[in-house]
Amino acid sequence: MSSHNTAKIEVDKSQFAERNVSHHFVDADQEFDSCKMGMWLFLLTEILLFGGLFVAYVVFRTWHPETWEAGAEHLDWKMGAVNTGILIASSVTMALAIRQAQLNDKKGTVMLLLATVLLASGFLVVKYFEYTHKFHLGIFPGGDNYMFPGKHLSNEFIYFSIYYMMTGLHVLHVLFGMAGIIWVTLRAAKGEFYSAYYTPVEMVGLYWHLVDLIWIFLFPLLYLTK
Amino acid sequence: MSEAGTNYINHEKGIMSWLTTVDHKRIGLMYLWSAVAALAAGGFFALMIRFQLMSPENDLISKQTYNQAFTLHGVIMVFLFIIPSIPAALGNFVLPIQVGAKDVAFPRMNLASYYIYVVGSIMALAAIALPYFIEGWKPLDAGWTFYAPYSKQTAGPVILMTMAAFVLGFSSIFTGLNFIVTIHKLRVKGMGWYKMPLMLWALYATSILQVLATPVIGITLLLLAMERVLDIGIFDPAKGGDPVLFQHFFWFYSHPAVYIMILPGMGVISELISTFCKKVIFGYNAIANSSIAIAVISFFVWGHHMFLSQQTTFSSMVFSFLTFGVAIPSAIKIFNWVATLYRGSIDLKTPMCYALSFLFLFTIGGLTGLYLGTLSTDIILHDTYFVVAHFHYVMFGGTVIAFFGGLHFWWPKMYGVMYNEFWGRLACGIIFIGFNMTFFSQFFLGSTGMPRRYHSYAGDAHVAETWKSMSGLSTMGAVILGCGIAIMFINLLISLKTGKKAPRNPWGATTLEWETQSPPVHENFEEEPKFTREPYSY
Repeated sequence: MSSHNTAKIEVDKSQFAERNVSHHFVDADQEFDSCKMGMWLFLLTEILLFGGLFVAYVVFRTWHPETWEAGAEHLDWKMGAVNTGILIASSVTMALAIRQAQLNDKKGTVMLLLATVLLASGFLVVKYFEYTHKFHLGIFPGGDNYMFPGKHLSNEFIYFSIYYMMTGLHVLHVLFGMAGIIWVTLRAAKGEFYSAYYTPVEMVGLYWHLVDLIWIFLFPLLYLTK
Repeated sequence: MSEAGTNYINHEKGIMSWLTTVDHKRIGLMYLWSAVAALAAGGFFALMIRFQLMSPENDLISKQTYNQAFTLHGVIMVFLFIIPSIPAALGNFVLPIQVGAKDVAFPRMNLASYYIYVVGSIMALAAIALPYFIEGWKPLDAGWTFYAPYSKQTAGPVILMTMAAFVLGFSSIFTGLNFIVTIHKLRVKGMGWYKMPLMLWALYATSILQVLATPVIGITLLLLAMERVLDIGIFDPAKGGDPVLFQHFFWFYSHPAVYIMILPGMGVISELISTFCKKVIFGYNAIANSSIAIAVISFFVWGHHMFLSQQTTFSSMVFSFLTFGVAIPSAIKIFNWVATLYRGSIDLKTPMCYALSFLFLFTIGGLTGLYLGTLSTDIILHDTYFVVAHFHYVMFGGTVIAFFGGLHFWWPKMYGVMYNEFWGRLACGIIFIGFNMTFFSQFFLGSTGMPRRYHSYAGDAHVAETWKSMSGLSTMGAVILGCGIAIMFINLLISLKTGKKAPRNPWGATTLEWETQSPPVHENFEEEPKFTREPYSY
């Protein structure tokens, strides 16, 4: 079960902080396995949280395909594609950061984590331009706030309600993910992670991959509907 | 390891040692007393409803206050009392000891779950109280179901209350997640899955439901809040949205939620019946697997709450069929418990009295559920007192009675004292009688067509007499029931002062929690526990 990578790597203990297994675990393997299982269960709850929005998406798209046609025209697929690329790249740097932690490379871990945060910020910048452009056009979330002059259909705004809910919740998750990554970066800089203990890096990594994965579903569903 | 005479209650002193504890036993007790406080508050609103309905054209409380009373009764009882009662209070206390661990897998998250529960409760209480203090705020009157579009239009603090439920959901998810990982990873060496106490199977099934269903109500309530803030139109028919979608979302959580409430009760009953019959439980595998079966099937029956919405007849038929399906594993449990009683040496201690009450009441609750799962009868009984009676037979007659039984069963372990058996049994008897008076009468009310949630009722000439007499009987029963519960708690509290010291294993039970001292030491076992004896090997 354990995926600890302790094989034949000499650890210079002086570089790294001392750490004991929490009092209620028998050993480090049990602790790592428990944390990993807990994290996967948490990710499951996240998928179900977004699941409600995906259901709403399917229901309204099935009923009002014309609304979807009209709404999707206002989204710029190029912006979405750039953001997809950014997030995939950030997942790669995150995965490499875990690898470097396993290899006792403190500097490499920190640098890769910082790169991940940087890419995540890039995602938010693109998202900021997308949102402000829409606000500029009068496309605000909600029926009474929707003031787009060129609207064709009375319920066009529902497309954007779902768009804003999905991407908004996703942006919140990006922010939580960034907070998590910054937290492990600080701990990594103090030398807390090495081949025998890198659990927090791996857990934050799992979370970050989920954030990435949700976007990979959102992108085609929202931007490429034509 | 620890000095003689120390235990988890006295090894650290002071209020801070409780507020910052990560010990699952202390967190369990904090949950216990919080849930009991919620029971008192919810019970107060229940009595308010019953006194209003004592006579047909009563004007004890205004219509607005009445609507508020049943909303608050429902919200408090469901979210603040029943859901945390068995899993978070009793479960937190016994689960890690039963698996032979020192604590749950994530002790800090366990404490966080308690504080999230407290924050959620404060938000709920604020939603209740603030309308009285802030001008322009109207009391909450959308029921515990918050159906759109009314919940969008009403002036009450819906957002605050739904956000309270959202926050409470996190607490529930954290507890469930913790339990699943603890059962998977922290079992003592030698305890295979089918050698676990049945309480653990029940808590495991409950936790799966908590983890999988709660996020869906989370997003639903978030969408409802957005509906009120931004007018996003998803649930509002006036804007081209769909109120039935809200009902689907709501019941996708709230139907599994009733199994979140009943499954742990079933776990308690399995422990009680085997222990007080001094007999190996009949059909261990069937009971264990039926817990999981209930958890799985319960995800596919939510549509039976919506037979009278615009759902198609075909989907109603499918949901009706699946609803009958979920009755099967519940019936399997009942038959196995009854078979355990057969030729057992039944010892009518207080917990066993509750267990027997459970068998009667839950069977009535379960069978009347089938009336409601049948399409043709449900059309008549929908939104009548029959539904209220059925629901209370399952939730109160099932879960709460099991909670009381479990509380008496583990009380000696929690506090190290024995309560007075006579008063314990007497309270159980009073509760049983009061309960049946309160709710059996409501089956008659419902089958003669009395609608739920009405402030006053006159009824046609041919039902007026039934409605009047049965409502009066129900109110009398509610008072008796309240007295019974009060006696029960007074008896338990007195035992803290005067009770005899409890031995390690006062009931001669076989699971691991009875091998440690009463109350247990800080990290549960004086020495490493060994799994030497299968549960229920009498």
